[in-house]
Amino acid sequence: MSTLISGIAASNGIAIAKAYRLIEPELSVEKRSIEDVEAEISRFKEAIQKSTVELKVIRDKAEQDLGADKAAIFDAHLLVLADPELITPIQDKIQSENVNAEFSLHETASMFITMFEQMDNEYMKERAADIRDVTKRVLSHLLGVHIPNPSMIAEEVIIIAEDLTPSDTAQLNPVYVKGFTTDIGGRTSHSAIMARSLEIPAVVGAKSVTDSIVNGDLIIVDGLKGEVHINPTPELVKRYEEAQEAYASQKAEWAKLVHEQTVTQDGHHVELAANIGTPKDLEGVRQNGGEGIGLYRTEFLYMGRNDFPSEEEQFEAYKTVLEGMAGKSVVVRTLDIGGDKELPYLQLPKEMNPFLGYRAIRLCLNEQEIFRTQLRALLRASIYGDLKIMFPMIATLSEFREAKAILAEVKQELLDNGVQVAEKIEVGIMVEIPSTAVMADIFAKEVDFFSIGTNDLIQYTMAADRMNERVSYLYQPYNPAILRLVKMVIDAAHKEGKWAGMCGEMAGDEVAIPILIGMGLDEFSMSATSILKARSLISQLSLDEMKKLSQDVLVMDTNDKVKEAVLKAVNI
Amino acid sequence: MVEKTFTVTAETGIHARPATLLVQAAGKFDSEINLAHKEKKVNLKSIMGVMSLGIGKGAEITISAEGSDENDALKTLTDTLNREGLAE
Repeated sequence: MSTLISGIAASNGIAIAKAYRLIEPELSVEKRSIEDVEAEISRFKEAIQKSTVELKVIRDKAEQDLGADKAAIFDAHLLVLADPELITPIQDKIQSENVNAEFSLHETASMFITMFEQMDNEYMKERAADIRDVTKRVLSHLLGVHIPNPSMIAEEVIIIAEDLTPSDTAQLNPVYVKGFTTDIGGRTSHSAIMARSLEIPAVVGAKSVTDSIVNGDLIIVDGLKGEVHINPTPELVKRYEEAQEAYASQKAEWAKLVHEQTVTQDGHHVELAANIGTPKDLEGVRQNGGEGIGLYRTEFLYMGRNDFPSEEEQFEAYKTVLEGMAGKSVVVRTLDIGGDKELPYLQLPKEMNPFLGYRAIRLCLNEQEIFRTQLRALLRASIYGDLKIMFPMIATLSEFREAKAILAEVKQELLDNGVQVAEKIEVGIMVEIPSTAVMADIFAKEVDFFSIGTNDLIQYTMAADRMNERVSYLYQPYNPAILRLVKMVIDAAHKEGKWAGMCGEMAGDEVAIPILIGMGLDEFSMSATSILKARSLISQLSLDEMKKLSQDVLVMDTNDKVKEAVLKAVNI
Repeated sequence: MVEKTFTVTAETGIHARPATLLVQAAGKFDSEINLAHKEKKVNLKSIMGVMSLGIGKGAEITISAEGSDENDALKTLTDTLNREGLAE
C-alpha cells in the first residue's frame, strides 16, 4: 500500500531510493546486579573493542570523503574510548558493586559529563559532548541496538530525519544521498538550504515521516510538489521515473542558457549570482552559469570541527573561490554565527530569542580576534579575484562604521608588513533588519552596495520566527510591507549610484522575480540550481511591463493579491 | 623518573588537536606518564585528564615519565611539542 505524506517542497527534483533513518534510538539503561563479574567485564571490553573498530572505520572514511578536519572529531572519540581515567573506574565499579556494564558505564560517564559541563571553559562543553557520543556508541553495542552512522552510507538512500543540522549534513556523502525528508523545517531552514546547495531533492516539514517510515522502505521524494510517497505501487514508481526524465529534459533545455547573459526581452541586463557555502560548490555555479557569487556563507568553514579555522586555512578557501570565479564578482559575507548556528568550541550562553540575540556582526565586533583573523585572510586573498566584503546583521550605522574601521586597520597592518592587498575592495552590508532598510538612504552614502537578506528581513518585519511552523503563514515574501522595504533599499542605493542585490530565498522565487526586475534590482543571488530557471523566466519578461506591475503591487493589500496579480501578468 | 618543564606557546593552549596529539603520543609507551600544571597532575594518556587542566597560552607545564621506556617517551613528547609549535 502506497502512503502519501505532504510537506514543503524545499529542493527541486525527484528521488527514488531506499529509506535510511537518521534518528537516534532510545538507549535506556537499567540497573541489574550480576553474578559473574569476569563475564560482565569481558562483555564490556568486547563492546569497547567493537566501538573502536567501528570508529576507526568511520574515521578513515570521513578522512577520505570529507577531509582531515572532519575526521579529527573521531580521533578525539577514539581517545576517549581508550582513556584509562574513564575505562578503569567503569571496570572497578562492575567489580566492586556487582552491577551490569551498562549501568556502570552510564553512571561513570554521567559523572564526567557533569564535571566537564560545569567547568568554566569554552572547550569543555565540547568534551562533554564527545563523552556522550562515545558512551552512546558503547551502550548501543552492549544493548545490541543499531545507531545510525551517516558517514558510512555506501548505497543510494533517502535520509529520513526529524531535522538535519549543518553538522549532520556535513557528514552526508552526496554520491549516495539521493534526497531527504524531515519532520520539521521550512524553505529557509538550514536543511533546505543545504539540500539546494547539494542539488538533492528534499521535502521538509513533512510532520510524521519519522513515524511512518522504517529503514529500507522504498521512498519517492518529490521536491517539486512537496510530496513523499512511502512504498509506492509499481505504477506510481513508473510515473515518477517518467517525471524524473521530464525534469531532466527540462533541465537540459535550461542548460542551453548556461553561457547566455541574463537579459529581459527589451534588453535590460541583470546579474544572476549564486549562493555558496564552500569552495566545493563552485562546480555547481559553473555548471549552472552563475555570473558571480552573491553570497559566500563563510560560517561553513567554522562548522563541524573542533577548533577555529586558521588564517591560512581560510585564506586557502577564499583564494580557491576567487580564482575559481576568474575575475567575476565574489561577495563574501563575514562570519554569521550565533543564534541558531552554534559552534561547539565557542561556548555561548543559551538565549531566549537566539534570532534576536548575540550573533553575526554583534559577536564579531565583540570577539575581535575571530573577526580580524577572517578579515586578514580575506584581504590577503583579495589579489586573486574581484572580492567584495559584506557584513551581516547590521542594525545601525555605528556598527557598520566600526566594522569598516577594523577592516581598515587590518588592511593597514598588512600593508605595513609588505603584504599585497587589492586596491579596490567594495564593502557592503546585508539588509536584513528593518531598521537598516528604513535608513537605507543614509546607509547608501557610506556603503558600496546592499544585499537584501530576505529570509531574515521577512522574519524580523513580520515578527515571526522562521523556525516556528505555527507562525509559518506569516512568511509572506509578497506582502506589500516587505515589497515596500525592498523598494526603499533599491531606490536608496540607486540614488547614490550604488548597486543593490538580493541574496535571500526571494531572489530565486518565480513570483518575486518579475516584481524585483520591475523595481530595478541589479543582482539576484540564489541557489546555483535556480539560476537557469530564473534566466529563462527573465528572458520572457519586459522591463517596462514589470515596472508597471511593481508599482501596482506596492499599493495592493495582501500577499495573496500580489501573487495573483503576478501570476496573471506573467506566464510562469 | 625523568621530567621536563615547558612553556606553552600555542595560541589556543593545549586544547582540541594539540591535546589529541599529545595523548596519542603518550599512549604508545609503557611508562607511567604524567602532566602537571599548577597544583594539578593528570595521566597524560587520558584525554579527559589533559583537557580538564584547561592549559592556556603561556602556562608552565611539566611532563614526567617513569618506566622502562621513560627516556624515549620524554624525548618523543618533547619532539611533538616542538614540532607542532605547542611549547618550548
